[in-house]
Amino acid sequence: MKTSIKLKVAATAMAVAGALGLAQEVSAADEIFVPVLVYRTGAYAPNGVPWADGFVDYLKLVNERDGGVNGIKLAFEECETGYATDRGVECYERLKSKKPVAVNPLSTGITFALTEKVAADKITLMTTGYGRSESADGSVFAWNFPLLGTYWSAADMLVQHVAKKGSLKGKKIALVYHDSPYGKEPIKVLEEHAKKHGFTFIKLPVTHPGVEQKATWLQIRQQRPDYVFLWGWGVMNSTSIKEAIAVSYPRLQMFGVWWSSAEPDVLPAEAAAKGYNGITLGHSNERAAPVHKDMVKHLYSKGKGTAAKKEQVGDVLYNRGMLSALLLVESIRSAQGKYGKRVVTGEEVRWGAENLNIDAGRIKALGIEGMMQPLKTSCRDHEGVRKGRVHTWDGTTWSYTSDWYEADSKFLRPLVEAQAKAYAAEKKITPRDCSKEK
Amino acid sequence: MIYRETGQYKTSYESDQQLFPILQDKAFILIVLAFVFGAVPFLASEYLFRAILIPFLILALAAIGLNILVGFCGQVSLGTGGFMAVGAYAAYNLAIRLPDLNLLVVFLLAGAAATVVGVLFGLPSLRIKGFYLAVATLAAQFFLDWAFARIGWFTNYAPSGSVTAPAIRIFGYTFASPVEKYLLVLAIVCIFALVARNLTRGAIGRSWMAMRDMDVAAEVIGIRPLYAKVTAFAVSSFFVGLAGALWAFVYLGAWEPLAFDVNRSFQLLFMVIIGGLGSILGSFLGAAFIVILPLMLNQMPGWLGMELSTALISHIEVMVFGTLIIFFLIVEPHGLARLWAIGKEKLRLWPFPH
Repeated sequence: MKTSIKLKVAATAMAVAGALGLAQEVSAADEIFVPVLVYRTGAYAPNGVPWADGFVDYLKLVNERDGGVNGIKLAFEECETGYATDRGVECYERLKSKKPVAVNPLSTGITFALTEKVAADKITLMTTGYGRSESADGSVFAWNFPLLGTYWSAADMLVQHVAKKGSLKGKKIALVYHDSPYGKEPIKVLEEHAKKHGFTFIKLPVTHPGVEQKATWLQIRQQRPDYVFLWGWGVMNSTSIKEAIAVSYPRLQMFGVWWSSAEPDVLPAEAAAKGYNGITLGHSNERAAPVHKDMVKHLYSKGKGTAAKKEQVGDVLYNRGMLSALLLVESIRSAQGKYGKRVVTGEEVRWGAENLNIDAGRIKALGIEGMMQPLKTSCRDHEGVRKGRVHTWDGTTWSYTSDWYEADSKFLRPLVEAQAKAYAAEKKITPRDCSKEK
Repeated sequence: MIYRETGQYKTSYESDQQLFPILQDKAFILIVLAFVFGAVPFLASEYLFRAILIPFLILALAAIGLNILVGFCGQVSLGTGGFMAVGAYAAYNLAIRLPDLNLLVVFLLAGAAATVVGVLFGLPSLRIKGFYLAVATLAAQFFLDWAFARIGWFTNYAPSGSVTAPAIRIFGYTFASPVEKYLLVLAIVCIFALVARNLTRGAIGRSWMAMRDMDVAAEVIGIRPLYAKVTAFAVSSFFVGLAGALWAFVYLGAWEPLAFDVNRSFQLLFMVIIGGLGSILGSFLGAAFIVILPLMLNQMPGWLGMELSTALISHIEVMVFGTLIIFFLIVEPHGLARLWAIGKEKLRLWPFPH
């Protein structure tokens, strides 16, 4: 019987190995594989779901409408991370066997864990609007692409916006943040700004998952900061806004980062959230762009859409997921421009992402006019563009309430470079000489 | 018939006190060791190493540590995640501040650092018992979480609080590939499992078990409660700290305090309870149950060719996993190790049970 147990164990192990082996064969050689790390369950699902829907929908759209990227179809597979770093790493390892070209994990914590792995595995790590801020320096972080804007850019633009309303000298700005690498990212820039502008900077961490914030908002009631910046995610955002209403902190003085200013955050409080602001990642809840019409025409009218309702096409986070997938697809296209219209590798896509040049004409051709500003990446700059507007919730929808801001490169770049240099020293990486890259 | 000790005479104390007195057991263990060291490195895929075997082995080591405290000494602890974090951050600080130090020494010193902290938080166990001690260790968990998130020195002032481990280089050799990392972890886990097994068989282990079964009686027969409890906390924390350092360096590579939050403590406690309190084998079985089963459940629909939505798969995973925990606890409250022991007892009589 002992041997039979062993046999059974061996048989199970082989079955597992066989299943894993089979899974590898499914991905055909004439397709480009894109892993989709998502979270559709748990405390972060309200925000994770629309992003995932937009991301997957765009990949489907490219296959349905264009027949793939230059004729090469995109294959993809979802994996649930639950916004947990260890599960995210497991997902990455699980899907790695299918030869992915790029991964977009939608979690700063997972980004930190993957930063070294992707360089070894030659997979591009795209972190649109999140991730490590210092990875904008491509000479050190060759494989990371925090496209469209980093948290440091976001913090800088928010300070610019509130500084416009009057001098910040002697004022108080509080940061209510998710106590994780994500929430801590802007602290450095805000501290630097506090020195420069002479405001008092109050840090108020909120522990995961963020449903308990009474103590945090009590402090806000006591200290009465002039502005509150919100760096939350998932249920934490809507809780913050509800707590602000409970302690009657004016929503007009609250500004969320682009991950804290979408429909799932304000809808639980509905009209009471009126006046709440957020810096945008270049886009808001645009719904009538040509790309949205294509989504409805090619996917939703045929019942192939991912979102539960077609009304969700164009939500803030849906658009963000869609643009994230779009930038990934454009990187593949850019790589194909250099290496030929075939199944490209992760290394080639990395080159593609580093040489993106999406000008106004291309934005129009992509059908996303008004949702993205011209973007140009290089070895030195992996961020591409750092512009945003402030949008405000009027109780039913978002509308823009400011002009364009551009993050101050003169102020941020030295910080980025110093931080990247420190990382390179710690990891013994020799930064690439960007003048020699072509 | 196969598993029978008839004819295996023990003529000396040494032969009677062996680790595995029955020949078949010894052979079985040797075959298993030969298989995991000799065959697995050639058979398993990268995914199996990185996502299943390495985390399983490291958490099994942590579970052994917790089992020494909870299973052998009867002191309930909810601070395991915190002690793992102590090991991880101690190893990180040693590795970046003394880059020339051998990484094996770093891991051992990380265990030692966890020992010191563990003893510190273990001292109250002399006065508080049972649920109250569980609450006190929970305080340790939250305090340590707080310390690593707030005190910049521990993270070398990383702006986001996330730190990355240096490459694993021991005696000039870099452990980079998953197979090498697996073998490194496997060797460490095997050595310390052996240490734990022998500790629990010796005088010190007996004093722990005496404390667990009835502390007043143990004191009457001459066991010093201070010594027994504090050594249990020390040894347990050492194992847990070492596992924390391995978890951070070998498995995660980059981590934040959230990797060692209270959920990790609960996860380890569940491993020990489901695997079997007071059993080294149970620690492995429990770790396998908690680490591997959810991942298998998550991938099962894919293997069976079922097209289910990602959210549905996750929900099914949680539901089935929960049901299985309840099932096993009802069928055998003493854990998977007890099931194994019952199987062995039955096998001894087989095929003539009467």
